[in-house]
Amino acid sequence: MIGQKQIQPTIPKYRRKESLTAWLFSTPAIILLTLFLLVPFVWAIWLSFTNQRLIPNPNLPTEFVGLRNYIRIFQDDTFKRGLLNNFYFIAVVVPIQTSLALVLAMLINQQLKGMNIFRTIYFGPVVTAMTVVSIVWTLLYNPGEGLINAFLQAISFGKLGPYNWLMDTKLVFPAIMLLSIWQGVGFQMVIYLAGLQEIPHSLYEAAQVDGANSWQQFKNITLPQLRNTTIFVVLSTTIMAFKLFDQVQVMTNGGPQNASMTTMVYVVEMGWGQLKVGYASAISIVFFIIVLFVSLIQRYLTREKGSAA
Amino acid sequence: MNMDQGKTSRHSIKKVKRLKKWLTYLVMSLLAIFFMFPIVFMLMSSIKNNEYQVVTDMSSLRAFLPVGELGFQNYKDVFTSQHFGHVMFNSVFIMITTVVIGLFVNSMIAYALARLRFKGKTFLLSSIISLIIIPFESVAIPLLVMVNHLPWFGGETSWLDSYHVQIIPFIADAFSIFLFYQFFIDIPKDLEEAALIDGASHFGIYWKIVLPLSKPIFATVAILQALNSWNRFMWPLMVTRGTDVRPLTVGIQSYFGQDPRLWGDLMAFASLITIPVLIVFLLFQKWFVRSVASTGIKG
Repeated sequence: MIGQKQIQPTIPKYRRKESLTAWLFSTPAIILLTLFLLVPFVWAIWLSFTNQRLIPNPNLPTEFVGLRNYIRIFQDDTFKRGLLNNFYFIAVVVPIQTSLALVLAMLINQQLKGMNIFRTIYFGPVVTAMTVVSIVWTLLYNPGEGLINAFLQAISFGKLGPYNWLMDTKLVFPAIMLLSIWQGVGFQMVIYLAGLQEIPHSLYEAAQVDGANSWQQFKNITLPQLRNTTIFVVLSTTIMAFKLFDQVQVMTNGGPQNASMTTMVYVVEMGWGQLKVGYASAISIVFFIIVLFVSLIQRYLTREKGSAA
Repeated sequence: MNMDQGKTSRHSIKKVKRLKKWLTYLVMSLLAIFFMFPIVFMLMSSIKNNEYQVVTDMSSLRAFLPVGELGFQNYKDVFTSQHFGHVMFNSVFIMITTVVIGLFVNSMIAYALARLRFKGKTFLLSSIISLIIIPFESVAIPLLVMVNHLPWFGGETSWLDSYHVQIIPFIADAFSIFLFYQFFIDIPKDLEEAALIDGASHFGIYWKIVLPLSKPIFATVAILQALNSWNRFMWPLMVTRGTDVRPLTVGIQSYFGQDPRLWGDLMAFASLITIPVLIVFLLFQKWFVRSVASTGIKG
């Protein structure tokens, strides 16, 4: 009791010091996040209601235009084409990339020799810059003499092709999807691999005792145990699909005839190419709302069953 | 199991198993070819001096073989005509600065959030976690307007065409803070308390106790941030002109946009960007894989 009396007055002082240190440690990050994420974000909302231009025109002062940008967006065929392409990309790439990632992860998760080498090879494209990937694949897609045309002709005995991949409005987007899967699947594979390694081995042993075959084990143990991993992979691939930019910008710039246009390519074309910052901000906000929606679905789904962590 | 099982059936089970194993290897090798062929093709094309040959070789397996007129002419061209050395320096400089400063800034706030008691902590933590949702892409355009008018030392009135415009916005990263936070919160408190009783300051504890214990998470965040910085394209495309401060990604894209397209040179340029990263990746493979796996931890 006597001891406590002496200690107690020192605690608030100590606490104050701890609190001060904490804010000192946090300040740089808070300032940077505010200045380069929060402020531009709030400003994007403001700009989206104006006709601001990147380089202000003295004859045309910036004005508040209300909802005009938003109304225009939904009458803008190029924007609609871009957004539609994002959905097209998701509809094709997400199922293919997710299942391929799971198959790859299960293959390299086997207790066989040399699995590390295969993991390295499958993961290799992930560390290759998308700009580089885009340029190499543009050469592979070369019309006429390109490697992909040569390969298709060889396996079809000359019946398929040659195609003009990147200049053909029907083929350009699937061509971009293929290289996106090639580059990105290793990333999801590693996430699945981590998920697979967390499944308790005893579950499989119990199933084997019960006489379950490999397919039943996959269906009743592997898939349900990977539920949260799958939700994460599917939704993070979806978000990446909405951000689709690098490969399109390098390879086609959205062409031909907007056949490979995407939301982000259009944002950059409007805001940076044509200096229409107000309009580009409005598209950015629409883009953000979509991404927010997907993220909230993800958080809701993974929280629902409330498994640990 | 059943003792009556004959030797023959056990034998055939073994056979089936072996067949399965070879089939697995076959499938995996085919997949390996799919993932390797563009990279092998890039490397092989880059050492073919004859531009015409790069294209004609694509109609046969010669595309993947070091045949014909070989040499490093393409590489020499990239160094002389594209200022490769300078552009490479830009990328490396931007990457290292962003990652090193970022490690400090992000780990320090995470340390405060995970280990210190202060008012507003819960609010700060939930704000940071909700910031993870805002993608950089959605603020890129307003940020472009903003940096266009930001002052800098020496009376400059714009951040365009500078190194700092490619570094400062990417130092603080909500997701990195979150990764650090998750790691720090699991470190046992005993060590810290002992140090506090010995009169150590909080910075001393962060520096001498928490940092050495947290090497894995520092490596993870460093790798993720380094890859992001190295591959970043949209932002430097918008904020740089000319080769002065431009990184490799924008450098190769602008070379790609020039006519006529010299494919041999382009493949050499692409190889020069890829080879260093591939070497680092091969050396620290486990860390790369661990870093990517950690992004799967849900918030």
